[in-house]
Amino acid sequence: MELFDHVFMQRALIEAVLIGGICAVIGVYVVLNGLSFIGAGISHSTFAGVALGLMVGIDPLWTALLFSTLVALSIGAVSERTNLKHDTSVGIFFAATMALGVMLIGLMDDYYVDVFSYLFGNILALTATDIWVSAIMAALVLGIVILLFKEFLALSFDAEVAAVMGLPVRKLHYLLLVLIAVTVVLSVKSVGVVLVSALIVTPAAAAFQLTVNFRRMMLLSVLFGIGSALSGLLISYYIDIPSGAGIVLIATVLFFLAWLLSPRRKRHAQP
Amino acid sequence: MNTDLSANTGGTDPKNAITFSNVTVHYDQLPALENISFSIPEGSFWGIIGPNGSGKSTLVKTALGLLTPSRGTVRTLGREPAALGSLRASIGYVPQYADLDFSFPLQVIDVVAMGLYGEIGLFHRVTRAHRKRAEEALRRVNMEEFADRQISALSGGQRQRVLIARALVIDPVLLILDEPTAALDPGSAEGLYGWINDLHDRNDMTLILVTHDVGVVSQYVDSIACLNRTLVAHGRPKDVLSGESLEQMYGCGAVLFGHGDVPHMVVKHGGDR
Ligand SMILES: Nc1ncnc2c1ncn2[C@@H]1O[C@H](COP(=O)(O)OP(=O)(O)O)[C@@H](O)[C@H]1O
Ligand SMILES: [Mg+2]
Repeated sequence: MELFDHVFMQRALIEAVLIGGICAVIGVYVVLNGLSFIGAGISHSTFAGVALGLMVGIDPLWTALLFSTLVALSIGAVSERTNLKHDTSVGIFFAATMALGVMLIGLMDDYYVDVFSYLFGNILALTATDIWVSAIMAALVLGIVILLFKEFLALSFDAEVAAVMGLPVRKLHYLLLVLIAVTVVLSVKSVGVVLVSALIVTPAAAAFQLTVNFRRMMLLSVLFGIGSALSGLLISYYIDIPSGAGIVLIATVLFFLAWLLSPRRKRHAQP
Repeated sequence: MNTDLSANTGGTDPKNAITFSNVTVHYDQLPALENISFSIPEGSFWGIIGPNGSGKSTLVKTALGLLTPSRGTVRTLGREPAALGSLRASIGYVPQYADLDFSFPLQVIDVVAMGLYGEIGLFHRVTRAHRKRAEEALRRVNMEEFADRQISALSGGQRQRVLIARALVIDPVLLILDEPTAALDPGSAEGLYGWINDLHDRNDMTLILVTHDVGVVSQYVDSIACLNRTLVAHGRPKDVLSGESLEQMYGCGAVLFGHGDVPHMVVKHGGDR
């Protein structure tokens, strides 16, 4: 296909596999730990980071990474140290970082195009450096998940017993939040601040509908994630829409199909 | 000092598996336990009873180091719970069933093998030998043919046995079960109590059972501790369940129901949550 003769298209393909895969892997832990809203909070917090980067003139990726990591750790710390529930502290950070981002954007004159692509993603406009950075970050996240496979599993299923066994559950929890932050940042150029948390949650949620086996859930989630990212990429190529929207809409369609076919749902529906 | 120590340790200088000294535990500002002092000797079988919200789970979580007392000291296997270190590999804990999500995509054998994660250590993988031990633990709870089942497909009683197998896989010297019969009907519950009692008889372990069923449990346990934020009464069942202690038992929510030689009691399911 001559479509793939374009360099930007080759890059987009590699990126789609990278982000579709890594978001889906992290998504499994996000879904099983009930961290979906935290994921949304972390991803929106990158907006302020992006705005700061555009304003100061450094690659927004790094300022976004700084912001999202700080917010991930803060959400963890605030819900640990106060009697606020997770969703309350997320709600506060969510709004505060968006407000900060909007304020910074308001201080600039002519960055609206850039801001738009960071909000909704543009997988067709990546540089070679973008791909390398994504690949390195994805490898890092995947490596940690593989190294700590059983620890994250125990944390997700039964954190209390994991703690009694002496696993460092607090550190693991914070590490998981940071991994979510890194995953968000590496995907943000392609999927956008607003939609990246959907690419994390939706494929894993679809996989959860279809299996009761952890490894199979991981595998299905990755298939759905990469499938959504590739199809979304083609959609945004043929009809000129932001890639994040195409990717997330495909993922959502997959989710509903999975939900319709779900043995879990059928079992649930029976009295 | 407890006077009933010699009852179950054969008279030799007894050591304590757990000692609470003036322990108070708060959630935020509210005390869930106040000024608790008693000891659980090594090798004994204790029942912890009290109505819902009386602090039973809080007590065992404090002993396990999951919660830190705001006052007083706890010694578990001779150490501060936060400093248990390698002794953690000798402690089995079966948390309250309701706290777990059984829609989680896991097989029975994986859940049981999780009991070994602490021992296996960070970064290392579960090996064939570990799986063998998990299978062995499943045999001990008569669930060996369920190894490859999904936990979501099990009945309440089977799930409970899987959690017990996960706690047994390390051959604990201290085993703590938090309301293991909550998901069971009364008949199965009685069966499980008998089975737990056999487990204690066959193994050299300290067993702590948190429960509502005073009547049934008092047949098996060496001692009971009756909680209602404070320690209402503790000691041998026949002492606690007679005379003035019996009146105190009302304070921890117990009511007599039925009759016979042994007072048959049940703890009211309080709605104070
Ligand atoms: N995580 C928590 N945060 C705040 N209060 C709690 C928490 N866990 C328990 N409590 C409160 O502490 C008291 C004792 O709870 P618990 O130890 O679970 O009682 P039991 O196990 O006897 O039912 C109850 O009033 C309960 O509402
Ligand atoms: Mg309880």
